[in-house]
Amino acid sequence: MGVFAIHILNALLYSSVLFLIAGGLSLIYGVMRILNLAHGNLYALGAFVTAWAIGLALSAGVPNFVLFLLLPAGAIAAAVAGAVIERTLLRPFYKRPEEYQLLMTFGLLMILEDLIRLVWGPNPLSATSVYASLGSISIAGDRYPAYNLVIIAVGIVAAVFLWAFIYRTRFGVFLRATSQDKRMASALGVNVNRIYIQAFTLGCFMAGLGGAIVVPSQSAVLGMGVDALVLAFIVVVIGGLGSLEGALAGALIVGVVREAGITLFPEIELAVLYLIAAFVLLVRPAGLFGRAGT
Amino acid sequence: MNDTVAVARTGAMWRILAWVVLPALLLLVAPFVIDPFQTLTLSYGLIAAIGALGFNLLLGYTGLLSFGHSAFWGGGAYTVAFMVKYLKIASMELFLAGSVLASAILSALFGFVCVRYTRIFFGILTLALSQVLWSLAFKFFWVTGGTDGLRVPTPTLVGMAPTNDKMEFLAHQYYYYVLAVFALCVFLMWVIVHSPFGKALQAIRDNETRAEFIGIRIRRYRLIAFVISGIFTGVAGALWAPLNGLASPDVLVWTFSGEIVFMTVLGGFRTFVGPIVGAIAFTYLKTYAVGFTVYWQLLLGTVLVVLVLALPTGIMGAIERLASRMKKAR
Repeated sequence: MGVFAIHILNALLYSSVLFLIAGGLSLIYGVMRILNLAHGNLYALGAFVTAWAIGLALSAGVPNFVLFLLLPAGAIAAAVAGAVIERTLLRPFYKRPEEYQLLMTFGLLMILEDLIRLVWGPNPLSATSVYASLGSISIAGDRYPAYNLVIIAVGIVAAVFLWAFIYRTRFGVFLRATSQDKRMASALGVNVNRIYIQAFTLGCFMAGLGGAIVVPSQSAVLGMGVDALVLAFIVVVIGGLGSLEGALAGALIVGVVREAGITLFPEIELAVLYLIAAFVLLVRPAGLFGRAGT
Repeated sequence: MNDTVAVARTGAMWRILAWVVLPALLLLVAPFVIDPFQTLTLSYGLIAAIGALGFNLLLGYTGLLSFGHSAFWGGGAYTVAFMVKYLKIASMELFLAGSVLASAILSALFGFVCVRYTRIFFGILTLALSQVLWSLAFKFFWVTGGTDGLRVPTPTLVGMAPTNDKMEFLAHQYYYYVLAVFALCVFLMWVIVHSPFGKALQAIRDNETRAEFIGIRIRRYRLIAFVISGIFTGVAGALWAPLNGLASPDVLVWTFSGEIVFMTVLGGFRTFVGPIVGAIAFTYLKTYAVGFTVYWQLLLGTVLVVLVLALPTGIMGAIERLASRMKKAR
């Protein structure tokens, strides 16, 4: 029973991080129709910035609770990077074929990958003291790291906030209108350029937040972005590109399958995920929650 | 009247001279002029050109952007490695035949699934399927060698055993072998894109509805294009494996597909020679960037971003624009 509960918690843990990454990816695609291949690198950027900030704070000898306040640093860094990227590199491409947008973000992927190496060097960065400071709790007789529950909580809170943001605020209405029909929204007085930069920044913020909360439990390493991106792809393909509900459902499915896969069929765990994605695309090309015809 | 025909004919002759005879001569004498390292790089470039040529049948001529061509390149390379490991074969001709067969099956399988979609979904689907292969190669290490990959020794060429000096062999015999296969592939692709079939693909690219209206069976044509494209890229993978000495998962991972896209766009995907020029240029660029700095990805990424921003038609597009401007100036 305890083992089962821990498996469930681990699945939720994966799902939370995946939702943050894939939710941002999906939001960006939904509003801007851009598949951001560099999205994983923004997640990595969040992880590196947070680990770096915590490392600095530790050497300055600040108390432990301050370290928690530093966690969002990575998310903010990723959001700033996103705002700059949208304004300078993506804006010229909205009227060009999507092949060029893909290539542009692929170039960004390569650049960001090496910029991270340039700034923080090739060695992994970790922030385990935050992880360790919470200790562990007992679940039906088994020890479980308490920090993992923080990650799950952040994932849930992020999902709720995002939902409220998009379905209960004026900004959300603009966002959805732009996503449904950009020209019509523009004609009705929505400043589409501003919505674009806000959506992109928000998406990058989520990816950065994913990286920031994950870094205390696992080190920030080079290449983590590309790995995460591919998983996020699977999530959005299963859930439906551009749908947040889809990203949530997809993240849960991928989280559960990964956790089951690691224990039951480790060799083909990744292959199974890709095959699920391919199968969903075949049966429902728009994904489980995707809108048909878009 | 006769004059214009004559002018057109000399024009065509000049063009053949400039685009076929001259490069062929340069490529033929190259190993005697440049040092072996350069010849090897050139071999890599020619091999990449075969792959990019195949890729461009989809992107340039059919209008489908595949982000999964690493599957066919890696498929070709691993076919060779498996033939060495399990069948104890050493003949390059058999390697090529095997990889053609393997990549035909693989691309038929992938194509059957993927050609139902176009645009972004086609790209994601090809990416997802290629990643299935990558993860299998990665995880089934007792079959595929995992991240270490599988060793591929130098093969026999047309029944001739390789010489003892491996560098000498790769820089001469193997180079000419690659060149011959390259020439054959260029010729075949030229015939394909200028055949009625090739024209039909371009019609599909330009206007799907119209193409369907004049009776082109779009999905079948796309599937055939996909398979041909996969076979060319598979052949490139098969030629690459002995040169690299190793078939490793690096060529199966999706970022390698991105490199194939990169080289094609670098050369210009709207022209026939674009991918060839782009592949050779990319190979040199990457070789020197990797030798020059550990931050080669930063360099290449910047090149890609600048390229997409400033030169979307690639090297060939830039040359064409320059040529037409010069003509106007005259």
